[in-house]
Amino acid sequence: MQKTVALSPALPPKPKTRSFSFKGFLPFLIPVLVVAIWQLSSSLGWLSTNILPSPWAVLQDGVKLTQSGELPKNMSISLYRATLGLVIGGGLGFVLGFVNGMSNTARLLFDSSIQMVRNVPHLALIPLIIIWLGINESAKISLVAIGTMFPVYINTFNGIRNVDPDLIEMGQSYNLSKRELFQKIIFPAALPQVLVGVRYALGVMWTTLIVAETISANSGIGYMSTNAEDFVDMETVILCIVIYAILGKISDLVAKSFETLFLDWQTLGRSSK
Amino acid sequence: MTTKPEITIDHIGKDYGQITALGDVSFNIEPGEFLALVGMSGGGKSTLLRMIAGLETPTRGQVLFNHETREDSAVVIRVMFQEDRLLPWMTVLDNLSFKSHDAQQQAEAKKLLHLVDLDEYAQQFPNQLSGGQKQRVALARALMSHPQVLLLDEPLGALDALTRRKMQDLILHICEQQQLTTILVTHDVNEAARMADRIVVMKHETNYAEFNGPTDRHDAGQVGLVAEDVLDAILHDKVES
Repeated sequence: MQKTVALSPALPPKPKTRSFSFKGFLPFLIPVLVVAIWQLSSSLGWLSTNILPSPWAVLQDGVKLTQSGELPKNMSISLYRATLGLVIGGGLGFVLGFVNGMSNTARLLFDSSIQMVRNVPHLALIPLIIIWLGINESAKISLVAIGTMFPVYINTFNGIRNVDPDLIEMGQSYNLSKRELFQKIIFPAALPQVLVGVRYALGVMWTTLIVAETISANSGIGYMSTNAEDFVDMETVILCIVIYAILGKISDLVAKSFETLFLDWQTLGRSSK
Repeated sequence: MTTKPEITIDHIGKDYGQITALGDVSFNIEPGEFLALVGMSGGGKSTLLRMIAGLETPTRGQVLFNHETREDSAVVIRVMFQEDRLLPWMTVLDNLSFKSHDAQQQAEAKKLLHLVDLDEYAQQFPNQLSGGQKQRVALARALMSHPQVLLLDEPLGALDALTRRKMQDLILHICEQQQLTTILVTHDVNEAARMADRIVVMKHETNYAEFNGPTDRHDAGQVGLVAEDVLDAILHDKVES
């Protein structure tokens, strides 16, 4: 029978109770104020509608375009391009980052070339991609893929290379197989950095898509904005900008939710201190 | 289960380029013995421990467990490091079982957490524990899979005096109970004198001197005398044993 040696009172930390406060509202304060001042300025005639239409007019335009089906159609095509581009580019970036991070031979073979290509601004490739692929879907998806590949690559690569060697040595001393070492130590240790890459890639994804759709497209939010510009339809131009901002914010929330889901141990650790 | 191993350090040496960390070290560790390696920093004690653990390859010589090399032997060796080296993304329980779904492993992990008095922390993350608690988890992890050899690489160095003393008692209790062959690397001669059956002083890149531990480790006077002798051997080139 094993005997327990008492060391210190074993009281687990009390769970923190969640409290709602004014702090929760603070992030929304500035956007709400800006929209309120904007609406007030338009209503009082301080702002010309030719320069900046009122938020109410933009909202009405949004409702009208939604009812006509134009907005949902263009939004879904933009979302499709963005998502597919990110999946392809992010997936490629992750695989390359993983291979180069794990293997010195692969790193020596690929990393230098990848770093060279990475330094070419991907938007500079637009003329080349239009010549090669025209203005069809593959052109825009390719551009998004190229743009999102590098942030995911560089962060996955660095995440894996910077795993604490002491932890790997510990795993080896416990006879973990190579597969177990990756699953239980290397990948979880690199994950925070990989997710930083994904979050950064989401930003690049929207920027690239806006540019691609503005220059060469016949559908999508960027196209809608360029088309509206031709007709000096200020409400739709502003609406497109607002939609990009909202989509960007949603992307960021998705990325944050990944962090909450996969990196809960970081927050739990901090909250108890 | 393999029998308790006798460890033979057979003319072992380690060079790092032009620098010799260990020249020629030879001695035996009896089955179930608690041996302490002490000496100044850079004396080669950690290098020796890492070679016994198989974490470093000797430049010359070999380590044998019951006359077999580590690769040929079925001996289970576990190391407890100075840093806890817990995986911060796993709960305390998962740190012991490495997230194994095996019911036997889970049961063993729970039993060991009970042994180190941390049952209630099983679902906590390492960041939520104190330094002493983390080292107790690391000790419990080292005891998974029924090791026959426990290697302690200054595991108590970063702890405060009180926690350190409690951890010494816990380690001694477990090593005696489970009849583990234990090697402790420490800077602290009092710790070595209090815990070990035998103390080996590492100096001049070799095992320079040996001392027996006190007959009664609860007798502070005896522990102090042994510690004085060990300290003399480390600081001065004179050995009276």
